[in-house]
Amino acid sequence: MSASKPAATTKLGKDLLDIDSLTKDEIQLYLDTAESMWEINKRSIKKVPTLRGKLVANLFFESSTRTRFSFEIAERRLSADSISFTAAGSSVSKGETLLDTAKNLMAMAPDAIVIRHQRSGAPHMLARELPCAIVNAGDGAHEHPTQALLDAFTIRRRKGRLAGLRVAICGDVLHSRVARSNVSLLTKMGADVTLSGPRTLMPVGVEQYGARCVNRIEAAVEDADVVMMLRVQKERGGGLGYPNDREFFELFGLTPERRRLARRDAIVMHPGPMNRGVEIDSSVADGPDSAILDQVEAGVAIRMAVLYLLIGSSGEE
Amino acid sequence: MAHAAGTYRKLRLMDPTAMTRAISRLAREIVETEGGTENLALVGIRTRGVPLAQRLAEEINRHEKVRVPVGVLDITLYRDDLTTISHSPVLKRTELSFGVQDRNIILCDDVLFTGRTVRAAIDAVLDFGRPRRIRLCVMVDRGRRELPIESQFVGKKISTSASEIVSVTFRETDGEDDVWLLDRDEVKKTRTAPATSTRSVKKASKKAAARKPTAPPRASKKA
Repeated sequence: MSASKPAATTKLGKDLLDIDSLTKDEIQLYLDTAESMWEINKRSIKKVPTLRGKLVANLFFESSTRTRFSFEIAERRLSADSISFTAAGSSVSKGETLLDTAKNLMAMAPDAIVIRHQRSGAPHMLARELPCAIVNAGDGAHEHPTQALLDAFTIRRRKGRLAGLRVAICGDVLHSRVARSNVSLLTKMGADVTLSGPRTLMPVGVEQYGARCVNRIEAAVEDADVVMMLRVQKERGGGLGYPNDREFFELFGLTPERRRLARRDAIVMHPGPMNRGVEIDSSVADGPDSAILDQVEAGVAIRMAVLYLLIGSSGEE
Repeated sequence: MAHAAGTYRKLRLMDPTAMTRAISRLAREIVETEGGTENLALVGIRTRGVPLAQRLAEEINRHEKVRVPVGVLDITLYRDDLTTISHSPVLKRTELSFGVQDRNIILCDDVLFTGRTVRAAIDAVLDFGRPRRIRLCVMVDRGRRELPIESQFVGKKISTSASEIVSVTFRETDGEDDVWLLDRDEVKKTRTAPATSTRSVKKASKKAAARKPTAPPRASKKA
């Protein structure tokens, strides 16, 4: 897992908006940098002075536990100052537009804005309008780049590589920004990705993602090195795609029997929060092959790497 | 060795034999000053402090038949000049598998210059625990300190001008053992510019001295 040669000269853009616009070298740089950050998280004093005096604003227009916590921890471990903001109880609830909110925040001169928004493309709009670094923490059904990076980091730590691995991504693909970002990242890094889910929960034009698509979960899971389950996003209408939870579990859930179709040494992943008994059986989620908590741990390291690479230096030529 | 662009080799400070002898002496000095090898640990600062620490450990093992633990430190996250450089440097792993608690730590680096790298390294080590003592061992002490930091173990001590660069290379990292004093091409040009009289030569060299570049040398040459 040594740093690759081209990474040393890789220049990153101002923002991290999506995986789609990243090159293989850029992805590699994020993953390699996260290795060093992961080591910091193992020390007794889990803090470095790198981002002293930098200000990061976390704008969460959509509910989040893991991602927001993970960004806040990453900011603290790098000694950045951070302010967090949730849509409820802010001036957004009084009808302020996103751009007005952001421009007002900009007057307080943050070095980076981490944004989660229910609208696809919201971070891109801010990136065009504001001079500070914008990090996409999930935008609508579009992308969730730091999740894909932490998933890749987790896979690389457990499997030693990404290229040539068979990865099955199963469940509510239609509403999943995690699936989109993961397919983009994993195919760029040379993994062989298969998507599966009920027809009603597969997006129109899913072939364009660049992954193999099947309906039956068994076909996707068979001989896989990695099985990644997606949450059924009921708050986005995912529940309308099938009759009831029980039936979804019977037909599309990851049961111990279906887990056995994958390779013996396969790992099981889930971006959280899980619907136990809907897309995944508890015994699989808590089983020895589960990398679900590793993913959470990797999240802090990846977000530290992203912040360090985007705002650690002046960025001026 | 391909030396830094825009520089020329001015003077060879040490050849491979001189380096080997210096390392051998430094190893003995360390054991003598520390009163043995108990609780001793060598920590190399990336990049070229690492081969120095490893060679010192080999030397100590040869004389004392004791394997002293060797650690590796990447000080990037502790640098005080991150906000002045345009792109975040690539991070490498820090490896301090032995606990630093109550250890006698010898930090190792190739060149001691401003002292800022060593300041960062001390901060980094302290984040791993509370060592009993930290001392410093360098191949070359070139003077021109900007912080009150001194080295207890020095391979070679020289005084330098601000435009000069001390280049230390090791077999392990660069293919050969060597220590050179480099200077900037522009300084050479102004100093050797054709002159019509002795007086103008003096003037020219004075001008050159006044025009010394203020840009700091590359990070690997110890900023």
